Amino acid sequence: MTGWIDALIQGVLLGGLYALFAAGLSLIFGVMRLVNLAHGDLIVLAAFVILVVAERLGLDPFVAVVIALPILFVIGFALQYVLLNRTLGRDLLPPLLVTFGLSIIIQNGLLQIFSADSERLRSGAIETASLPLGGGIAVGVVPLLTLLSAIAVVVMLNLIFYRTPIGRAFRATSDDLEVAQLMGIDHRQIFASAMGLAFVVAAIAALYLGLRANFDPTIGPARLLYAFEAVIIGGLGSFWGTLAGGVILGLAQTIGARIDPEWQILSGHLAFLAVLVMRPRGLFPRALD
Amino acid sequence: MNGGAAGPAQSYRIETAGRVSRLVAVIGCVALLGLVLLPLFAGRYMIQDLIFLFYMLALAQCWNLLAGYTGLISVGQQAFVGLGGYLLFGLTLLGGINPLLAIPIAGLVSAALALPTALIVFRLRGAYFAIGTWVVAEVYRLVFAQFKALGGGTGTSLSPSVTSGVPGIEWIKAMLDVRTPAARDIASYWLALALMAATVALVYLILRSRQGLALGAIRDHEDAAAGLGVDIVRIKLVVYVAVAAMTGMIGALIYLQKARISPDAAFSVLDWTAYVIFITVIGGIGTMEGPAIGAIIFYLMQRYLADFGAWYLILLGTLGILVMLLAPKGLWGLVAERYDLTLFPTRRRLVIEAADSKRDARS
Repeated sequence: MTGWIDALIQGVLLGGLYALFAAGLSLIFGVMRLVNLAHGDLIVLAAFVILVVAERLGLDPFVAVVIALPILFVIGFALQYVLLNRTLGRDLLPPLLVTFGLSIIIQNGLLQIFSADSERLRSGAIETASLPLGGGIAVGVVPLLTLLSAIAVVVMLNLIFYRTPIGRAFRATSDDLEVAQLMGIDHRQIFASAMGLAFVVAAIAALYLGLRANFDPTIGPARLLYAFEAVIIGGLGSFWGTLAGGVILGLAQTIGARIDPEWQILSGHLAFLAVLVMRPRGLFPRALD
Repeated sequence: MNGGAAGPAQSYRIETAGRVSRLVAVIGCVALLGLVLLPLFAGRYMIQDLIFLFYMLALAQCWNLLAGYTGLISVGQQAFVGLGGYLLFGLTLLGGINPLLAIPIAGLVSAALALPTALIVFRLRGAYFAIGTWVVAEVYRLVFAQFKALGGGTGTSLSPSVTSGVPGIEWIKAMLDVRTPAARDIASYWLALALMAATVALVYLILRSRQGLALGAIRDHEDAAAGLGVDIVRIKLVVYVAVAAMTGMIGALIYLQKARISPDAAFSVLDWTAYVIFITVIGGIGTMEGPAIGAIIFYLMQRYLADFGAWYLILLGTLGILVMLLAPKGLWGLVAERYDLTLFPTRRRLVIEAADSKRDARS
């Protein structure tokens, strides 16, 4: 019984990580209807940026991420402004193909620079620290911080979207691009800002990815699939839905792993397909697209 | 037309094949005959290279039919390549069925599994469909990794009795005076050639048929096609299942030739989908010529640049992005626009001729 309760708690905490993976994807889709196939690789790229900053400057990853955030915002802004804005339009293929190409370029670029060796972000004692909950169950501090950060990111994104001028512009371009342009909004800049923000969220996700487990240049596509599943399970258009989707995916994986360790990933995928069959628009849909 | 009486009457006819495409058809037949006879002269490396070229071309034609015409941009076709490969291994190793018979069975089973798969992924639209198909392919990979009888996660090899069990190998050995491994390659070569030619012919016939007209309409404007009474969902389903069957058979053939399978290789998104997408897009999506040109370019790049490893893939990704941004109709699109060329006459052209001599009596 304790084992099962433990699995449930770990599943919710793992869901925090998946929600962090998914929040950036959800943000980009919400603002510009772009499905970024390179999203998983961008998270891995962010993890390597944090790693380099931490190692070069001898900083703790939690400090290094603060330096990495503006760097990644600029990379994201530039990527959208120079490249991805050109792919947006009625045709679906250009954004898909260009982000798929980016995914392959980032993966192999990282392989070339960092080799295929596994890396890890080192932060000393906090990595293994845990809080006992009684009854033989303990939660790791890093997984707990992951979930709290995911909640904080969702709160922050909601504040940005509903309480700030840039958020108003995000919603306006999302609702009706042409009218927003007529109102004097430069959508290229708005889209670029949204991508920059998504990269910031990806960097926060990357911090916990690197603290919780090993990473190497090839693990991006699997993270993209988890992020995508969390977004669809939660339903499009709501950050809280994305958080819930991440938690459901995390639960499905830990429950599957509890039955047979080899079934962890498979049961996550099957939970996603089951939601798709029963509730094609996700559990908490808000947008109509 | 009421106004017909005033001006010179015009006659209309619909033309598909032009002079160039008829010439190309003749050249194509001669080239096909040449390829059939090639093992009589060519060395083993060339045979192996051409097998690779043939199956990549066949896969690209399949993906092009799916994505280029019906707009079903799948990133999960590796599901059916891997499925076909695993079916071949299962049927021959565990079922004792001859590999030549296992290939069409793999096609049928792939089609049968494509139906329920479609019911799930068709719930997703556009880009979400793409990632959905990828998830399904991952499910297939993880499920096949559980089959301990076929080696589980590490995979397994075909026994020599299976790989030599293709009918005709003894005959090839006797006729061409080669050893068993070379004879196996030649048998695979002929099979790959036949499957590639059949895929091209099938795609061509589909596009020339009444359904093909509907497919072209969907490609050009889906809503308008629906408005004209094209049953979009049904046609998409038929194409998805047909492409799955062909892809499954190609997968079975690929793994008959490789003689070794593992879940990670058989369901590789890079090998069986990314490359295929780049071939189609670089060559020109939505045409039959595009994948052919793309496959030849890809083959040359693979042959001369694959040693550069990661740099080669970076180059391929960059090339794909550049083509998509600068020439979205691909290299063939550039040529076709400039010289008004069609090699595979799948387009219907309206030819308007002024025909004063045979003026319509009623006008």
